[in-house]
Amino acid sequence: MPVQPIKFYQSGSFVVGNRLLDPDQRSVQADPNRTNSLNSGHRACQGCGEALGARYALDAAMRATNNQLIAVNATGCLEVFSTPYPETSWQIPWLHSLFGNAPAVSTGVAAALKAKGRTDVRVVGQGGDGGTVDIGFACLSGMFERNDDVLYICYDNEAYMNTGVQRSGSTPPAATTMTTQAVGPEPGNRFGQGKNVPLIAMAHEIPYVATATVADLRDLEYKVRRAMEFRGARYLHVFVPCPLGWGTASCDTIRIARLAVHTGLFPVFEAEHGEVVDVTRIPRQVPVAEYLRPQRRYRHLFGASPRPDVVARIQQIADRNIRRFGLLAAEPAPTAQEAP
Amino acid sequence: MVLRQIEGSRGVAEAVARCRPEVICAYPISPQTHIVEALSAQVKSGALAPCEFVTVESEFAAMSVAIGASATGARAYTATASQGLLYMVEAIYNASGLGLPIVMTVANRAIGAPINIWNDHSDSMSQRDSGWVQLYAETNQEAVDLHVQAFRLAEEVSLPVMVCMDGFVLTHAVERIDVPEQEQVDAFLPAYQPRQLLDPAEPVSIGAMVGPEAFTEVRYLAHARQMQALELIPRVAADFERVFGRSSGGLVRPYRTQDAETVVVALGSVLGTLKDTVDELRDQGHRIGVLGIISFRPFPLADVRAAVGQAARVVVLERALAVGIGGIVTSNVRMALSGNGTRDYTVIAGLGGRAITRASLREMLLAAEADRLEPLTFLDLNRPLVERELARAGERRMSGPAAENMLRDAGPATPWIG
Ligand SMILES: Cc1ncc(C[n+]2csc(CCOP(=O)(O)OP(=O)(O)O)c2C)c(N)n1
Ligand code: SF4
Ligand SMILES: [Mg+2]
Repeated sequence: MPVQPIKFYQSGSFVVGNRLLDPDQRSVQADPNRTNSLNSGHRACQGCGEALGARYALDAAMRATNNQLIAVNATGCLEVFSTPYPETSWQIPWLHSLFGNAPAVSTGVAAALKAKGRTDVRVVGQGGDGGTVDIGFACLSGMFERNDDVLYICYDNEAYMNTGVQRSGSTPPAATTMTTQAVGPEPGNRFGQGKNVPLIAMAHEIPYVATATVADLRDLEYKVRRAMEFRGARYLHVFVPCPLGWGTASCDTIRIARLAVHTGLFPVFEAEHGEVVDVTRIPRQVPVAEYLRPQRRYRHLFGASPRPDVVARIQQIADRNIRRFGLLAAEPAPTAQEAP
Repeated sequence: MVLRQIEGSRGVAEAVARCRPEVICAYPISPQTHIVEALSAQVKSGALAPCEFVTVESEFAAMSVAIGASATGARAYTATASQGLLYMVEAIYNASGLGLPIVMTVANRAIGAPINIWNDHSDSMSQRDSGWVQLYAETNQEAVDLHVQAFRLAEEVSLPVMVCMDGFVLTHAVERIDVPEQEQVDAFLPAYQPRQLLDPAEPVSIGAMVGPEAFTEVRYLAHARQMQALELIPRVAADFERVFGRSSGGLVRPYRTQDAETVVVALGSVLGTLKDTVDELRDQGHRIGVLGIISFRPFPLADVRAAVGQAARVVVLERALAVGIGGIVTSNVRMALSGNGTRDYTVIAGLGGRAITRASLREMLLAAEADRLEPLTFLDLNRPLVERELARAGERRMSGPAAENMLRDAGPATPWIG
């Protein structure tokens, strides 16, 4: 009988189709009995990376905790599109308090559960990049420093989307937003120092820090499951393209996220107690222009008066990430000392 | 009953501990610190268990932790003052909006700038419309008792309660207090039974977005709950008296108001000095009385009207200033007396810890009786000091920082600071 060898990266990534796996290895989403923690019928835009990421993350967290989960949500797109009164898409106990306090509210939930001896019930806090890296940052750092038993998930779409796409501390250089227009000598967001919250989380030496994207949902599910194996503060930073804010096609959300990884612009890695323990390798490095060009927020870098100089600076960022995290498949994994 | 000579803060901490809070979170600020320090020791030693003491990174986080804990069915407590209260404002409104029965002590202190750690009511008064119940203690015994009542009240109406006690004047004063016994508190305060709960067995969404179609109704409900509290507060106080054998709390406390032509209205510890002053005046034949307001929110319109309504004039002694208009309590009192024709005077007193002396009160009250008082009076204002600074500012553009100028003018040994 002729045998056809299976290539696990036929899709151009290492994503493996479920039907090639044993049932117990299949994704949580493939399970018809999944919890649909964030149920259908919400009002996210078509192709919303945040909705996709949240759905996978929370269903995975539900499975990992035997459905004993409470979620706390910061203000932002995820909160707004899921709960216009009187509808709610949440099938899990869910609390929204404010924009900048989700980590602290999560701490409160965890403290109450501890006082009540309900160690079986776990807590997930979640918010957008603005709610996490900017306005909620003090609460996040406090939660990390105390090592409260909370998994905090940041859905990073690189701007304040819910208020109509303004710059956040997570907006990348050159990207246009409604407060970083494509005008003046330095069009789009200026090149700043960046604010890498996964690395800042690692500096707190909390048990678990990881990054993930909606391009590799199996990896996202795995990281949620892994995070739930630890007690204490854990941080998961998920890259979630936003078709509305980035000016990308709704059908391109996964492709754009994959390009962010394959260019080296968004390193996917895992760290335990402050040390990198795993990085997701890139099969072959893709030039950043391929990632930037399909996004309207970078339109001013191409077209009639292109800015190859700016593209080159962004390429430098990607190249540095590749060196720093050892992202290329051929490169040796970074040792603990080399780890950032 | 065991009377002990202890600091107000310590008494409050012990009373709170006997209410069996399950989550306490706090960020230090004078004059609140002794309360939370004592509670921390109780939790750390295991005397108060089960209870989590969370040392948060800000007051905003403190209230946020209390919100999460309360929504998860835990009895939650925090304490703050002044700048700390303002730092948590967004979460204060959120806690009441969500209807979470958190209890918080406010160790009343002025608000900067200029920074000032001493007592007045600027901090809690700024939160009068936040949806929290606000109770003001006159003495340390009352501060202790109000905390026990606050948990019961908060949980019955599903509203957060602020117990306001004057910073330093009460928090740091050592006097004889009867701290309620555990068995008494247990008899008075049932276990917390939440109305809403984050529970995996019965998932609910809390804090959903509400649009114009129901927002007014949700807000109205908050008001209706405060109106329920208005009825409940006297009943809780009566129940308290039955269990503990002493009267504490309630809505208002009239003192020698019968047949009074002049009634002075005030909140908090200044009531002691006021009563002494009024006793003296009564002895000399003046028809004058005092009305203490314990519950500022909900505001007891009917009780204030009943207590003051017969008087010809009312003097409202304010421990805070509504800059640009004058009195905060006055406008509430005026609403209670509307249509009555009662003359009212606003007296701003004791800002930033300035002592309110009997002599000053007496002089002011005599002027009020003779209707010689300005409608808005600043008690013991050092007018030359203000005028010098106004003149300086009029003379040149770059007149410099006003507070520093005035401090320099006042000199080191100013008699104006009590
Ligand atoms: C204290 C406060 N400031 C500002 C806002 C307005 N606001 C609500 S959502 C939001 C943007 C959220 O951005 P992000 O956290 O990145 O989430 P996204 O909507 O992009 O998913 C802002 C600025 C607010 N609700 N509260
Ligand atoms: S604006 Fe962006 S983040 Fe918000 S719902 Fe739409 S796609 Fe999702
Ligand atoms: Mg965002």
